Amino acid sequence: MDFNDSTEQAEFRKTCRKWLEGNAELNSGASREDSFGSSKHLEAAKQWQKKKYEAGWAMLHWPKSYGGIEASPIERIIWSEEESKFNVPKGIYEIGLGMCGPVMMQYASEDQKSRFLPPMAEGKEIWCQLFSEPSAGSDVAGLRSKAVQDGDKWIVNGQKVWTSGAQFCDYGILVVRHDANLDKHKGMTFFFVDMKSPGIEVKPIKQITGGASFNEVYFNDVVIPDSQRLGEIGDGWKVAITTLMNERLAVGDASGADVEDAFRWAKSQDDSGEPLINNKAARDSIADWYCEANGLKNTKLRTMSALSKGETPGPEASITKVVSANKLQNIGNFGIDSLDMAGMLKSEDPDIKNFQGSWLGAPGLRIAGGTDEILRNIIAERVLGLPQDQRADKGVAFKDIPTGNS
Amino acid sequence: MNLDFSNDQKFLQEEARKFLEKENSINRNRGVLDSDHNTDAELWNKIVDLGWTGIRIPEEYGGLGLTHLELCVIAEELGRFLAPVPFSSSVYLFTEAIIKYASEDIKQEILPKLISGEVIGTLAVTEEFCAPTASNMKTEVNNNLISGKKIAVPDAGIATHSIIVVKSGSGISLQLINHSSDEVVISHQENIDESRGHFSITLDNTPCKLIGDTSNGWDLFESLMDQAAVLFSFEQLGGSQASLDMAVGYAKERYAFGRPIGSFQAIKHKLADMYIALTLAKSNCYYAAWALTSDSSDLPTAAATARVSSTKAYQFCSKENIQTHGGNGFTWEYDCHMFYRRSKLLSVNIGSLGKWKEKLVSSLEQSNKN
Repeated sequence: MDFNDSTEQAEFRKTCRKWLEGNAELNSGASREDSFGSSKHLEAAKQWQKKKYEAGWAMLHWPKSYGGIEASPIERIIWSEEESKFNVPKGIYEIGLGMCGPVMMQYASEDQKSRFLPPMAEGKEIWCQLFSEPSAGSDVAGLRSKAVQDGDKWIVNGQKVWTSGAQFCDYGILVVRHDANLDKHKGMTFFFVDMKSPGIEVKPIKQITGGASFNEVYFNDVVIPDSQRLGEIGDGWKVAITTLMNERLAVGDASGADVEDAFRWAKSQDDSGEPLINNKAARDSIADWYCEANGLKNTKLRTMSALSKGETPGPEASITKVVSANKLQNIGNFGIDSLDMAGMLKSEDPDIKNFQGSWLGAPGLRIAGGTDEILRNIIAERVLGLPQDQRADKGVAFKDIPTGNS
Repeated sequence: MNLDFSNDQKFLQEEARKFLEKENSINRNRGVLDSDHNTDAELWNKIVDLGWTGIRIPEEYGGLGLTHLELCVIAEELGRFLAPVPFSSSVYLFTEAIIKYASEDIKQEILPKLISGEVIGTLAVTEEFCAPTASNMKTEVNNNLISGKKIAVPDAGIATHSIIVVKSGSGISLQLINHSSDEVVISHQENIDESRGHFSITLDNTPCKLIGDTSNGWDLFESLMDQAAVLFSFEQLGGSQASLDMAVGYAKERYAFGRPIGSFQAIKHKLADMYIALTLAKSNCYYAAWALTSDSSDLPTAAATARVSSTKAYQFCSKENIQTHGGNGFTWEYDCHMFYRRSKLLSVNIGSLGKWKEKLVSSLEQSNKN
């Protein structure tokens, strides 16, 4: 066991670090982001992405022809570790690069890859993911937006929801139902779509946090060329699953208040004339969060160890989101409670902002990219090998599946 | 970057697993519970023959001179198979204390005998029905003679020697005693996991030998606990994994309402939570194993983190394993209760969850100051 980089890894880390130091500022305390999706945030994110692209850091594991430097998985992790130490814009490109990129890489034609991947990496074109629908959340295969083939094109009608970034995206990946007479999982087909196409209407959804990072997206007779189909007709679910696997890696750790913030706060905050850190209940909670935070950190190190030996990592990373989202919610809650009645008040204090923001944002994180419950099902079925739940929608034509509405 | 055991260590672990499986260690545990023995001496002798008691003892004393990492993988297997032997008392505590603190004379005398099995040791600290602290020790040493009484000492029945934590002038010291001395009375005390017997040790002007410093013994004891916490954590990890495996196996086979109970989300989510607790603990254990082996200044924090995570994981996995088994889980016949008992023994043996949480936060405060 050791925690040292190999000579090559240390060299690579130095190169990353040097470039970052010349182009960004180190993190200092609680970060203060521009509000999500504002023109200022968007502009800053685009500039940062372009800078990275020009230096080869944007999608470093991609082939050189699409703007990468063909970095290994371990180099990719080293880069993101170093980048996370700097105060750079986040939240605009994760879905496009983390989910849409891999699916285009796997299923698009060579011409399409050459056309779309470089501007995606450069950040000139932003991508979103159009999966969930009003009646298809955890059960995303229950989607009912419809695609009808018309010669060499498809006509799409329906509604998508919870689409992060749709208001500023240029392209999206889309899964729709092409045949409701087939079984649920067999009647779907996958496309990519120009978000500026006539008939697409985007309506932002105001969230608990007050912000509006995601949207409803309506499709009214939207025309999509058949050349933009990804995978065969009827393979939509298979393609979607590949994407969702990538989503879990893309969502991963919760950003926001963590145990270091709770600990630092508890040392500075008064609790009936004594520092809050002397309070038994506070100590008990901080111990638990420290174990969770480090359990996740060390789990990541185990995954990296496997990768750096050229092995396939075990399933241990599957616990990440469910643990970090709940920890985030609890730590936000702790920070607010520690202020007693004043905890309700909005403040310019970065810690208070962080606790309140984490508390308000955590419910979303517990749902996005697989709810706590779905993730537990996945651990139980895929990791522990437990049998699937008995279902009312298997082997039934989609149109005949009960919906509770008829 | 390599937070993983080496191939040699994994091989040793595999060998340990095969051995304990072949020896029917879990059934042996049941055998001890059902008898009036308090340990399985035969299994212990086989373990001694395999050389496991000398893993960490330097080669100059006839040991294998290996690292704590080898001990960690053995500990995980002992936990998985509930080995009813005094390994934690004699190896993680007694042997480690001798290696760490004893004079050269004592090392020469004791270490070779720990390897051969002639000496088995334990550590005695508790005196009353409350947690031991530096200020509630009454057992006292004067002119190399100890008087007083220790209770709840694991494995003292089979042990030949003990290290006793005693009051020593204004401080605390660690003292080595030989159980064959006339001034030592060892009595069995009934406990809730009789596969590992607990005993009182009554001392009346018992001759002893100093281990380490004359007054600074509590610090030595605490530092020994940091090391031991990592090894106990691995044993707890093995027990957690075995409990989860049992629960998963049963949930696949047991039918209710016309389907395997493992297809119900109430069961799935419970088992997923067991997996989550176990995975957090395992990763923290790996890091603590590294901190222990590399003599890192982060050891107190890393050890407490592993200990808290593993204690929580084993308590949770062993109790929910019973729950998953329903009524069968509550019977003596099923193995579930043996893991439940052992989880409790291991969780209180070197200080309970609350104490280790406190140690964790204190160590954070400490490292934050420096």
